[in-house]
Amino acid sequence: MKRFFARNAPAYVFLLPWLIGFFLLALGPILASLYLSFTRYDMVSAPRWIGWGNYEYMFTRDRRFWKALEVTFTYVALAVPARLIMALGVAMLLDKGLRTIGLYRAIFYLPSLLGASIAIAILWRQLFAADGVVNQVLAMVGIQGASWITDPDTSLYTLVVLAMWQFGSPMLIFLAGLRGIPRDLYEAAEIDGTPRWRQFTRITLPLLAPVIFFNLVLQTIDSFKTFSSAFIISNGTGAPADSLLFYTVYLFNEAFKFFRMGYASALAWFLLVIIATFTAIAFFTSKYWVHYENERD
Amino acid sequence: MAGLTVRNVGKRYGALSIIQGLNLDIHDGEFLVLVGPSGCGKSTLLRMIAGLEDISEGTISIGGKVVNDLPASKRELSMVFQSYALYPHMSVRKNLAFGLQNFKVSSAEVERRVAEAARILQIEQLMDRKPRQLSGGQKQRVAIGRAIVREPQLFLFDEPLSNLDAELRVQMRAELASLYARLGTTMIYVTHDQVEAMTMASRIVVLRGGKIEQLGTPQELYTRPQNLFVAGFIGSPKINMLQARTTRGSDGSVVSVAGMPDFAIPDLPTDDQALTLCVRPSSLRVGNGEVKGDGTIRLVEYLGSETLLHIALSSGQVLLVSDNGRTPYRMGDPVTIGFDLPDLHYFDSTGQRIEPIQKESQAQ
Repeated sequence: MKRFFARNAPAYVFLLPWLIGFFLLALGPILASLYLSFTRYDMVSAPRWIGWGNYEYMFTRDRRFWKALEVTFTYVALAVPARLIMALGVAMLLDKGLRTIGLYRAIFYLPSLLGASIAIAILWRQLFAADGVVNQVLAMVGIQGASWITDPDTSLYTLVVLAMWQFGSPMLIFLAGLRGIPRDLYEAAEIDGTPRWRQFTRITLPLLAPVIFFNLVLQTIDSFKTFSSAFIISNGTGAPADSLLFYTVYLFNEAFKFFRMGYASALAWFLLVIIATFTAIAFFTSKYWVHYENERD
Repeated sequence: MAGLTVRNVGKRYGALSIIQGLNLDIHDGEFLVLVGPSGCGKSTLLRMIAGLEDISEGTISIGGKVVNDLPASKRELSMVFQSYALYPHMSVRKNLAFGLQNFKVSSAEVERRVAEAARILQIEQLMDRKPRQLSGGQKQRVAIGRAIVREPQLFLFDEPLSNLDAELRVQMRAELASLYARLGTTMIYVTHDQVEAMTMASRIVVLRGGKIEQLGTPQELYTRPQNLFVAGFIGSPKINMLQARTTRGSDGSVVSVAGMPDFAIPDLPTDDQALTLCVRPSSLRVGNGEVKGDGTIRLVEYLGSETLLHIALSSGQVLLVSDNGRTPYRMGDPVTIGFDLPDLHYFDSTGQRIEPIQKESQAQ
C-alpha cells in the first residue's frame, strides 16, 4: 500500500483538481439530491425524511408533472427527428465538396453555439411574436399569422423550429461520417446504375448508422434536458397554458421558486430514469439496425 | 464484347493537364494493360472510359458508339476497384445481386447469374458472409464476381491486386488470366506492376506524364523498347544503361564506354555521338562474350533459381548480371563480364531507340 502511494503520488497530485471537482461538485451533490428526494426540504429548516412521499405525490396527485411530461415527450418526439434530418440534409450538401467548406462549416455551426444562449431565445420571442418578423413576412404575402408564442396550440412548435435551427453539432458529426464512407462504393453503385435515392437508402444510411445512432442518443438526452430556451420564451412559467411547461422548467420552478427542494430532487431523479431508459432502449435496438465495420461475429 | 476507341483524349483539372491528345484502339476481346508509374494518368484514363471522370477533350467510343455523354451505367461495362468497393453491410450474395437489381433483370435470372459467378470464382461457400469475414483474396473474388454478373461487354480493372500479399497476387494473376481465357471479353487493366502487365496482357500500353510511351505486345516491349523509359520500366531485374560516345570509322562505328575497352558496333542511322547502350542482366555473362570488360563483384543476391551479381566496372558504374543459382562467385571477386552485340539496345541523346543499319539494306 505504502509503495503504491509512493509510486503513484505524482499522478494523484496531478489528478487532484479533477478529483476535488468530481467528489465535491458532482458526486457529492448527486448523492445529496438522491437523499433529498426522500425528504421534505425548503432550504430553511433541516430536511425531513418522508420516504417515498415525493414520488407518490408525483405519480398520483401532481397534474402539472404529467403535463410537463407530455410537453417534454412531444418536444423530444418532434425536435430530435427534425434536427437530425436537417443536420443530415445540410451535411450531405456540404459533403459535395464546396471550396469554402471551412467557412460554411463555421457559419452553419454558429446557430448551435448561439442557440443555447439567452440572447437567441429572446430573439426567437421577438421573431415569433404577434407583431414579429415572421408575421410581417407572412403579411407581405397576404397571410395573417397566428400569435405563435402566446397561442398554446403553436408555442411548442416555435421551439421545435428553434431546435431544428441548432443543427450544427450533429451536422458536423454527420459530415465526418459521410466523409468516412469510401467514394469507391458510390462509384461502384454508379457503374451499376444505382439511382441516387437507392444509393442513399442502401449505402449512405446503413453505413452512417453508427453515426446516426450516436447523434440520436446525444440529441435525445439533450432534448430531454432543454431548459433555457423554454424558460426564456415562456417567461419562466411554462406559459401559455402550460404549453411550454418543459420538465426542466417545472423542476426549476419547484426548486428555486417554491423552494420544494426535496420534491425537485425527486423530479430530477425521475428525469434521470427516463433518459437512462431511452438510452438503454436505443442501445438495445441498435444491434438490429446499426452496422459496425469492424465488429466481430 | 466490344472494342474501344480513344481519339485525341485529354483530361485537365483546371490548369493541370493529366492526359494530352491520347489515341488508342483496343480490339474486341483483347486484354489490354495500362502500365506506368504513379501519376502517369493510367487510372484517370480508365475512369474516363468508365464514365467516372469527364472527358476534357476528344472522344471515347465503345463498340463504335461515342460514350462521352453517356452515364457510367449505360456503357455496359463493369469495374473492379483496388479497394474492392464491396458494400460492408451486405452479404456476399447481396453484394453480387445489388447491381443487377437496378436493371430490369428477373429475380430468377439474378439468382442464376449470381450462382454462376459464385461457381466460376469458387466462392459458393462464402455467399452468406459479410465482407469483413473474408480474406483479401476472397474479397477480390467477390469484387470480380460482381463484375461478372453484369455480363458486360467490357471489364475494367483498377489495380485490383495491389492490396494482396505477394503469394496471393501470383495466384490471382493466374486466375484472372484463366477467367479472361474463359470469358473472352475485352478487358482493360491498370497496374503499376510491370510483372502483372507482362504476364497477363495481350498488349501493353506504357504511359508516362499522360502520354503513350509505347504500345505493343509484352514481347515487343521487352525485345524492342522504343525509348529509354520503356527499356527501364519493362523487365525485372532492371536493364543496364551505359553512357557511350561513338566515333564513326570506315567499317561501322567505334564505341567508348567508361571502364571498358573500345569496341566496334554496326552502323547507326544517326550522327549523334552521345548514345545510351542498354543490355539486359540476362544478356550479360561472366567470363565470355563478344565484348568484354573487367570488374569486381560488389554484391551477390541469391534468389534460388538465379543469382544477381552487382559488378562494378573500373569507372565505378555497377552492372547487374543475372547468373544461375549455382554461381561460384563471391563478393570481392575480380571478374570479366561480357555481352554479344545483338543483345545491345541503342538509344540516341533524346532517349529514342535507334536500330543498327542491317548489312542487307546497306548493300542496297
